[in-house]
Amino acid sequence: MSDLNTLETELLAAVESAASEAELEEIRVSALGKKGKISEQMKTLGKMSPEERQTMGPALNGLKARVTEAIATRKTVLAEAALEARLASESVDVTLPLRPGPIESGRIHPVSQVTDELTAIFADMGFAIAEGPDIETDELNFTALNFPEGHPAREMHDTFFFNEKEDGERLLLRTHTSPVQIRTMRNQEPPIRVIIPGRTYRCDSDQTHTPMFHQVEGLVIDKASHIGHLKGTLEEFLKAFFEVDNVTLRFRPSFFPFTEPSMEVDVQCDRSGGEVKIGEGSDWMEILGCGMVHPNVLRNCGLDPDVYQGFAWGIGIDRLAMLKYGMPDLRAFFDADVRWIQHYGFRPLDLPTLFGGLSS
Amino acid sequence: MKFTLSWLKEHLETDASLEEIVEKLTMIGLEVEEVTDRAAKLSHFKIAKVLDAEQHPNADRLRVLKVDTGEGEPLQIVCGAPNARTGLVGVLGRPGDYVPGLDVTLSVGKIRDVESFGMMCSERELELSEEHDGIIDLPEDAPVGVSYAEWAGLSDPIIEIGLTPNRPDCTGVYGIARDLAAAGVGRLKERSHDQVRGAFPCPTGVKLDFGETKPLCKAFGLRLVKGIKNGPSPKWMQDRLLAIGLRPINTLVDITNYMTFDQGRPLHVFDAAKVKGDLVVRRGAKGETIEGLNGKSYEVDDSICVISDDNGLESIGGILGGEISGCTEETTDVLIESALWDEDTIAATGRKLGVNTDARYRFERGVDPDYMLPGLEAATKLVLDLCGGEASDVVVSGRVPDDTNIIEFPLSEVKRLSGIDASVAEINVVLKALGFWISGSGATIKVAAPNWRPDIEGKADLVEEVVRIIGLDRVPSTPLPRTGNVGAKVLTPGQIRRSRARRSLASRGLNEAVTWSFIAKVEAEAFGGGKPELTLANPISSDMSEMRPSLLPGLLTAAQRNADRGFPDVGLFEVGQIFEGDAPNDQKMVAAGIRRGTAVLEGQGRHWSAPTRTVSVFDAKADALAALAAAGAPVDKLQVYVDAPDYFHPGRSGALKLGPKNTLAVFGEIHPRTLGVLDIEGPLVGFEIYLDNLPVPKGKASRSKGALNASDLMPVRRDFAFVVGQEVPAETLLKAARGAEKTLISDVTLFDVYEGKGIPEDHKSLAIDVTLQPKQKTLTDEEIEAIGQKIIASVQKATGGTLRG
Repeated sequence: MSDLNTLETELLAAVESAASEAELEEIRVSALGKKGKISEQMKTLGKMSPEERQTMGPALNGLKARVTEAIATRKTVLAEAALEARLASESVDVTLPLRPGPIESGRIHPVSQVTDELTAIFADMGFAIAEGPDIETDELNFTALNFPEGHPAREMHDTFFFNEKEDGERLLLRTHTSPVQIRTMRNQEPPIRVIIPGRTYRCDSDQTHTPMFHQVEGLVIDKASHIGHLKGTLEEFLKAFFEVDNVTLRFRPSFFPFTEPSMEVDVQCDRSGGEVKIGEGSDWMEILGCGMVHPNVLRNCGLDPDVYQGFAWGIGIDRLAMLKYGMPDLRAFFDADVRWIQHYGFRPLDLPTLFGGLSS
Repeated sequence: MKFTLSWLKEHLETDASLEEIVEKLTMIGLEVEEVTDRAAKLSHFKIAKVLDAEQHPNADRLRVLKVDTGEGEPLQIVCGAPNARTGLVGVLGRPGDYVPGLDVTLSVGKIRDVESFGMMCSERELELSEEHDGIIDLPEDAPVGVSYAEWAGLSDPIIEIGLTPNRPDCTGVYGIARDLAAAGVGRLKERSHDQVRGAFPCPTGVKLDFGETKPLCKAFGLRLVKGIKNGPSPKWMQDRLLAIGLRPINTLVDITNYMTFDQGRPLHVFDAAKVKGDLVVRRGAKGETIEGLNGKSYEVDDSICVISDDNGLESIGGILGGEISGCTEETTDVLIESALWDEDTIAATGRKLGVNTDARYRFERGVDPDYMLPGLEAATKLVLDLCGGEASDVVVSGRVPDDTNIIEFPLSEVKRLSGIDASVAEINVVLKALGFWISGSGATIKVAAPNWRPDIEGKADLVEEVVRIIGLDRVPSTPLPRTGNVGAKVLTPGQIRRSRARRSLASRGLNEAVTWSFIAKVEAEAFGGGKPELTLANPISSDMSEMRPSLLPGLLTAAQRNADRGFPDVGLFEVGQIFEGDAPNDQKMVAAGIRRGTAVLEGQGRHWSAPTRTVSVFDAKADALAALAAAGAPVDKLQVYVDAPDYFHPGRSGALKLGPKNTLAVFGEIHPRTLGVLDIEGPLVGFEIYLDNLPVPKGKASRSKGALNASDLMPVRRDFAFVVGQEVPAETLLKAARGAEKTLISDVTLFDVYEGKGIPEDHKSLAIDVTLQPKQKTLTDEEIEAIGQKIIASVQKATGGTLRG
């Protein structure tokens, strides 16, 4: 029995001191393998007398169980230590900086963003988006819009012309998006509600004018819409666009050949700080031109002005962007300076919606 | 249009303040652009007299003045003006005074060692005019020591309105007063209708001679005033002319200018002594020229209306008088002309000759025809009052037209168009106050516009008159009724494509640019453009003369500008129109982008995480495919062709097509020769997507996406490597592998391209990973082997390649 005690002490000590899983396996084989010390002892049980066996059997089985358990325990400890060591060796410097993803660094130009904002607002009011070509005929850009040939009103538009053709026709770059009003009214039965965003051109260049700029026009034609509806529409639009609760508008009589009555609209604002704040303050700022579609224009589109009526307005998209987002200089819009685009541009996922707030 | 407050009050009896008048002008459509109070900024400047002017000891051109300021000792002032002389009465600025024309505040200074205690000012220095040839030279009796601004009547505020082209009636102060009176600001003072009785017949006849052609002059009135004395006009008239920026010349000329601005009635005066024979008003003849009063020479033709006499051309009718018969201080007999010209001819002549005069401005907009003769009478009276003399009878040629247009005006029109509830009485009062003739009292009245309102054509114009005067603030804000149901789709397929392409390109790290629609000729030609029908006749500059045939030149030159500013690694894109011709359907929508330097998708510049990589054709190809997919193109059906346009590198570019004819996109490295033509540096890659070429998505019967068909059986993957000729496109091999077994092969990817050791020269190894997706049952080894053989055979047949051993 004392031999067994000695053997147990030796084996448990060896297990406890095993430094690796391999060493532990060696000890297991030397104790519990086919020719291991405990296995050898077990083989002697058969030759023993029943009495001896009654004592030695449980003793050997107990020894075997205790050594097996000690090995298992040690194995867990060693595996844990090995994992710790591996993990320690695998650590990296997680402070290393990463590049922003492309979706973080790309930008949408303010003109596109503001056009999307306008689309969101007016789609909600039942307007579609109409478009037309930049190269226009004199007829659609002027004559059909009630600019008589040779009238001084034509000179208010510094027009870019193309060279005269053999048949005497001279095409031009549209000076406003209004020719699309004509195209729309000639191709679509009222009721009509459209906005017309697009590029327009005038032969003019200084701090506040560029030879190319963007306009959006609105056109409503039906049998009932009057200046009151025009006012209501513009108020709703400006409140939604500038994301303010109130706007105060002032209508002033003015002149455009294609509307009668014609008006310019001032919006109340505050200029006391560095920026213009719409919806507060006591200053007025001229913001757009509008009017009731001229009877001659309706006639030119085959509509009876005693039956149909409606209104139109026009405003600069670039100007709207400048007022809302604070760009100081129009010319920079078309310079493609990445610093400007990064600063004033919008993230690709910032798709303007009314339910999420246009700009938030 | 400029005028002063006191001038306005000459025609308008009112207690209204300046502020009230300015506000009302703006609210009735005569928008006030500026109110200038010249006295406020000049209040310090005093009238002073030069007691003595001596030569400066150290400078030839300077003089040292002793100036009496009206108080205390005379001041010593150094002055360089050529007209500085003893006895001159002028305007003095002293130390501490701000000189607006110079933008300086005066201080005591030393000029060439002589102390100076102020300056004698020119008109330009006080911003009174552009005159700067000498210092202001006042009449000898101007009171020394008095405020110059006060004495000169500068305390009269100048009001400037921006006049719209439809309001010729307000090109004169009287018309503005009439509009204000109608709007309730005071009472209009009636102008005189007195006629000057002629003492003798007008010796000069007038003939309108247009033969069978359209008359360019409708009527022409003329009279002689003889025995006059011309000289400087009176101070009140000079003050008013100076206030609105006109230089007084002599009384006769000043009277014509005064009538132009006071009544909106341009006139012309001829020195009768210089006119030979009768006046003939006719079309000009090719080759005839005239020296204008502005000192320039003009050549006329038969579209231009001229006045001639036996000496030749005397005047360009209604636009510009001739130098030859101009009035001077020596003039003793004057012919006064008051005429009516054809508006379109005036406008066309002015444009053709490039002449902008106050007369043209009024005649092309349309003057009051009924005031032609009263205007002549009023001018005659001014001449007699200011210059003396004796007037002849008036001769009139032609006929003053009566264009009265009676409009049937249903009063309900006001409400129909404006939404304002205006009473019948209100409407009547406004129209009458504006000088309209009204007849009838029912629901529809007859209305005729006064002759000074050629802009009034129909009912809508009358509505404008009513709401303009009763006030647009009475328009009730009315919500536009909602139409139909919630949220109908409003965008067209093209608009949706553009929006998606734009957002997808930005999400790939590119910056959206908006570049000019017109570019330089050399740029257009390098990209297949430069057609004559797309060349502007009047470009703003030579590098903005051609409508762009491609978005790439604008983006490429923008990239170079960024590089020149120190930002060489940029990615830009634009979604916009290009022009293949001048017809509406030649304008196409394109999305295009470029990447320069190291501006790859992962990020630009150097980074620890990966080796630095410059842009390649594959970056451009990836951008194009991503945007095409976002825009809804069937990208799985696209074929890659190698025939990209010649502004791309021929070996590093491609085209994405649906069939051989329909190109959806092109991409590649920009050709080095193109970079050279544009004078820019690479590396640069780019792409263009022709959004209009995308097939229109078919309307779907159902929104349902159908059931998911996912197999329970494990997919099987096998690798194959083939050695093929270097010229074999990978696409050919992949297509052959995919087509080898249609039902089981679900995916083929190319995972390795190798050339070099172990591969014969001019060959390459392409390794593919084939995924087989069993549908009914697990595949046996034999079945898999059989498919492998099919793949090998198919690839060998298509490419001539062999399985790599």
